[in-house]
Amino acid sequence: MAYMTWFERRVIGRLQVRLGPNRVGIGGLLQPLADALKLFFKEDVRPARADRILFPLAPAISLFAALAAFAVIPFGPTTRIAGVEVPGGIANLQVGLLYLVGISSLGVYGLVLGGWSSGSKYSLIGGLRAAAQVVSYELILGLALVSVALVAGTLSLEGVVGGQANGLPYVILQPVAFLLYLVAAVAETNRAPFDLPEADTELVAGYHTEYGGMRFAMFFIAEYVNVITVSALAATMFFAGWSGPFLPGPHWLFIKMLAFLFLFVWLRATLPRLRYDQLMRLSWSVLLPLALINLLATAVVVAVTR
Amino acid sequence: MATDLEQARQSIGGLSVESVTETGEGRRDMVVNMGPQHPSTHGVLRVVLDLQGENIVGTDVQIGYLHRGIEKLSEARTYTQVIPLTDRTDYTAAMTGNQGLCVAVERLMELEVPPRGRYIRTMIAELQRLASHLIWLGTHAMDIGAATVFLYCFRERERILDFFEAFSGARLTYSYYRVGGVAGDAPPGILQQIYEFTNYFVDRLAENEELLTGNDIWLARTQGVGIISAEEAVAIGLTGPSLRGSGLAYDIRKAEPYEAYADMDFEIPVFPDGDVFARYRVRIEEMKQSVRIIRQCIEHMPDGPVNVQDSRVTPPKREVAMTHMESMINHFMWNIHSFPTPKGEVYSAIESPKGELGYYIVSDGSNKPYRLRIRPPSFCNLQALPLLVRGQMIADVVACIGSIDIVLGEVDR
Amino acid sequence: MPTNYIGIGLFILVGMGFTGATFAAAALIRPSNPNPIKLEPYECGVPGVGDARDRFHIRYYVLAMLYLVFDLEVVFLYPWAVQYDKLGLFGLMEMLVFVAILLIGYFYAWKKGALDWV
Repeated sequence: MAYMTWFERRVIGRLQVRLGPNRVGIGGLLQPLADALKLFFKEDVRPARADRILFPLAPAISLFAALAAFAVIPFGPTTRIAGVEVPGGIANLQVGLLYLVGISSLGVYGLVLGGWSSGSKYSLIGGLRAAAQVVSYELILGLALVSVALVAGTLSLEGVVGGQANGLPYVILQPVAFLLYLVAAVAETNRAPFDLPEADTELVAGYHTEYGGMRFAMFFIAEYVNVITVSALAATMFFAGWSGPFLPGPHWLFIKMLAFLFLFVWLRATLPRLRYDQLMRLSWSVLLPLALINLLATAVVVAVTR
Repeated sequence: MATDLEQARQSIGGLSVESVTETGEGRRDMVVNMGPQHPSTHGVLRVVLDLQGENIVGTDVQIGYLHRGIEKLSEARTYTQVIPLTDRTDYTAAMTGNQGLCVAVERLMELEVPPRGRYIRTMIAELQRLASHLIWLGTHAMDIGAATVFLYCFRERERILDFFEAFSGARLTYSYYRVGGVAGDAPPGILQQIYEFTNYFVDRLAENEELLTGNDIWLARTQGVGIISAEEAVAIGLTGPSLRGSGLAYDIRKAEPYEAYADMDFEIPVFPDGDVFARYRVRIEEMKQSVRIIRQCIEHMPDGPVNVQDSRVTPPKREVAMTHMESMINHFMWNIHSFPTPKGEVYSAIESPKGELGYYIVSDGSNKPYRLRIRPPSFCNLQALPLLVRGQMIADVVACIGSIDIVLGEVDR
Repeated sequence: MPTNYIGIGLFILVGMGFTGATFAAAALIRPSNPNPIKLEPYECGVPGVGDARDRFHIRYYVLAMLYLVFDLEVVFLYPWAVQYDKLGLFGLMEMLVFVAILLIGYFYAWKKGALDWV
């Protein structure tokens, strides 16, 4: 996880004709460690107007939700070791997809409460933006994934991968859902060009303006865990996850995930930021109808072909 | 009195105070201070925003955080000593700051700079325009979220700063212009390098444009945002690229040519829409025109002296001063007393990268200005900000600030 | 398969434990010397006007309500998607009616200007 920051800074450095961190350790590999240490030893200011309980709690909620969501991503097929079924991930739930969508939407509480409890106006605006953005794009995310579930006939992530391992990856069967998912995933994780909640040039730092030290680090880690989760989910749902020839499962998932992570960084280096109203209009007036149409079309096609 | 005020409002194009700040206690939810410590107010500008949700219902621009009293300080300095102060007004375009003062003093003294001096000054001014516009493009793009353009722009600007370093020895505060010429002739071989740079620059500019002009998000963020009509722009005193983005082709380089601009073949880009995108297009096209001017300067660079051949104004060269007694005395006296200017007053304006940079000098016949007043383009352009952001959203404020290209060193002086 | 939830439960505990332990460790070693100016909310370096916990715009409530309606819809769609094969044509028709009702509401909201984000 920590190496996501290193990866991002190196890649974005290359894209921006500079080097990125390269002084701490070989190729800057110890940079995340140094950053973490620095944040550990940093004074953690709690503003006088901040809420005493919610202010420290908010980053913890964010991180917890991000970590918990990651649990259902399968790294490989379920195997039997000594008669006990060992899932290929941390857990293989029958309702894995529902669990993932549910848990990851808890993360928005962290952002909203963090923004509100700071007692600063920039934080409040950032928090409100985060709330509006995340809930709007969660719908799109949910609808895009429902279409895939419709094709797969299961909510278990392992089942979804199994369905693709024997046939076509769902990116071919569900291209519209994939694009919807991609846009929604970038927006869900508050990454550029949808990084409005923390738009540094408008809101200074958005919902985490007042946070410092480890509390800031929690928000920061949560964001990157979320990016990894949505990348892994994209690989799982649309690109057959761990299945692939020659290499063992986790390697394939990692390679596919890395491609998505690179895409995230690439987008950040290339695109300017949308404006709040444009963001909402895109979600509610363009993507939502599109997602519904895609779902209905999928339902009709599935009904006809089966 | 009330009628006078009414007339005054009429005379500034019918703008009423209410139309600028529609502040109503019942209408706003929140008052937010944007600045002076804010990442995208381009320095220490403070904008007090009355917000209703994300919408702006009122703005109050507050300045003065960077006031250093440059105009007053100038009164105790000789004209040559004022030049370093002008570096510190618009520090993103220190060369044109120098140039504005020197042109004004030359007009006061009715001096004629020799052709080579004029050509070098023109070329340097246009290079400075490129450097200044590059900073503008980079920061403007970054304000809207395109961070990569910022770094690309600084890479190109670095090359220009290298040239300036070769000319003046400094990379930010050049003090290269002198009354009656420049501090020194162009170093050997540099003109060729600059010419090669222009070729490189045109390619790089196209690259940056590709990232922005054709980008849907960029268009959505800039088109139809921060609109100011030509009448309003004139009423508020908007000049430079910001004015030409409203469709008025007023450029001092064409209107009252100074330096070598009369000999140059170039166009004034004008875009009529008056929005952020129009101002963006103007500056991008202006950079291409600047490249044309630089190339013409280099191609037709005359030989000869770069300074006025007048021992009162130009001190003798060091080699001469060290070998001839009279020259040495002359050099000494020049450094002690500088040169007097004829009694009178002059207002002279040049086209700085930001707009009309005017210097108003009152001389009592001594070697120091009796009063020196700078008409900074940033200050006047900043007045347009409340007009630009009416009815817009928070995110548009930074786009609008970026689009009028202000430098707080020049606003506050 | 309830055994699968053991893994999830463990992971959640680990997640909470990691978060809590990091906070605790940071609290032990970080310095703390607050002063009144440091504790002021960030307002770009000038004294703030008014409180941040003031009214905010009604727009956000409208959005929250819209979201509730559609998010519930998505939740209903999940079990439907899984059981779609078994439900057959009846399932398709049912869902078409369901979505149609929602769409009527959606266009009503659009017409009413609930989707104008100004």
